[in-house]
Amino acid sequence: MLEIFQYGFMQKAFLVAVIIAVIAPCIGTPIVLKRLSAIGDATSHSALAGIAFGLLLGINPILGAVIFSVIAVFGIELLRRVFGKYSEIATVVVMSAGIGLTAVLSGYITKGSSNLNSFLFGSIVAISDFEMYLTIVLGVIVMVVSMLLYKELFFVTFDEEASKLAGVPVGAINMITMVLTAVTVSVASRIVGALMISSLIVIPVASAMMIAKSYKQTILLAVLFAELFTIAGLFMSYYIPDLRPGGTIVLLGVIFLVILSVITGKRRR
Amino acid sequence: MDNEILNVKNLYFDYTDTSVLRDVSFTLKKGDFLGIIGANGAGKSTLIKIILKILPFNRGEINLFGEDLSKFKDNFKIGYVSQKANSFNSDFPATVREVVMANLYSRKGLFKRYTKEDNEKLKKVLDKVGMAGFENKLIGKLSGGQQQRIFIARALISEPELLLMDEPTVGVDAKSVKQIMDIICELNKQGMTIIMTNHDTPELVRVSNKLLIFCEHGNGEFVSRNDLTVAEVNDIFAGKRVHHHA
Repeated sequence: MLEIFQYGFMQKAFLVAVIIAVIAPCIGTPIVLKRLSAIGDATSHSALAGIAFGLLLGINPILGAVIFSVIAVFGIELLRRVFGKYSEIATVVVMSAGIGLTAVLSGYITKGSSNLNSFLFGSIVAISDFEMYLTIVLGVIVMVVSMLLYKELFFVTFDEEASKLAGVPVGAINMITMVLTAVTVSVASRIVGALMISSLIVIPVASAMMIAKSYKQTILLAVLFAELFTIAGLFMSYYIPDLRPGGTIVLLGVIFLVILSVITGKRRR
Repeated sequence: MDNEILNVKNLYFDYTDTSVLRDVSFTLKKGDFLGIIGANGAGKSTLIKIILKILPFNRGEINLFGEDLSKFKDNFKIGYVSQKANSFNSDFPATVREVVMANLYSRKGLFKRYTKEDNEKLKKVLDKVGMAGFENKLIGKLSGGQQQRIFIARALISEPELLLMDEPTVGVDAKSVKQIMDIICELNKQGMTIIMTNHDTPELVRVSNKLLIFCEHGNGEFVSRNDLTVAEVNDIFAGKRVHHHA
């Protein structure tokens, strides 16, 4: 066995990372194709507020993140209706609220402030057993729901009006997508970091879109790329001193995306 | 009344401060082809959206397949084709198969998977619109005319009895317009009831057996095409001639 896998914390890190790399693109594909990529950012900043809240009250930070980010996506949905055609304002308002709340709450955290820091940029040494089990359970839920609602998610993403006419419960599907995004962001904030999780949702999908020949292939390739970035990132951060996993994973993704766009020469309008 | 597909009675619709539809009435039977003629903003698309339940109406009555519109739930009985090719996001990574089969939802419902039989249906509808063999092509890579034929196939895969088309030939080249009109006429010949809006009045007068004409300053006039020439239709449209309901 490789030395890296002899440590319990690395085994946990790999297990959690592999799960996140499956669910982030599963949920990222409809989000990106609906041009809602910014929702990942708004949710992750709200998740951060939840983490701070959790640390302050002594409840598990990931649980706090799940609660806050779910509230955030419902808030976005509500505000989108208020702003009508300027609905992107909703995303920015929720993101600002998340950052503001995190800043205020962090001032009151006396113990574990370094813990909040680890959630900003991700950490592999800090995953507790409870967090690992939580990630497995939530990850499996996201995977199963994504698979069960595969054809509905595709139809709503491709053509919302036509899917509504065919009888798809569009409102419910959109809400489920948002909640799954919130859950994905929350569980991923541990390893990748809350500030970078939205890039793990977007970059693998953006890379896959350049070469995929179907919607299904887009998801499968995005999962493959996400696995590639996270596993390579974990290996590198283990063997190279002081290299943070979250940043490494995201930067590997960005480099891959740039190289791929040069190779395919694809220009997006 | 067995063959009655759609009955619209004294229908009114207002946008906040503009009256769009006023006292519109007509009946369609199985196999009818209704052409809707009118200027931009006259209410053609509004009427289609009301029948599709995208817009609510203010006053009147609509019966679809003998049922009150508000209670109508058999979505698969209705096919809809819009000016999709025009506003379509060509960078969306979806194949023809994925796009067309999506509309089987109205037959299958939540969670159900596609079967071999569904694949046969896909082949059949693609054949019908002259796009056989295109299953695995990316829809964004097709021409505007080909994309629109794919959207017709998508509407057909749920085996609808009524097909609503809102300017389906907008933004499509002349050769494709003819192909699309031929496909629509063939479907009508096979017994499908069709409602279609189109800015090409002579073409619509040629293919339809019933016309709904939104005059420039008046109500919708419902006429049977058989008694009218294109010139007479234009006269009604311009308000120079009033047609009396048969």
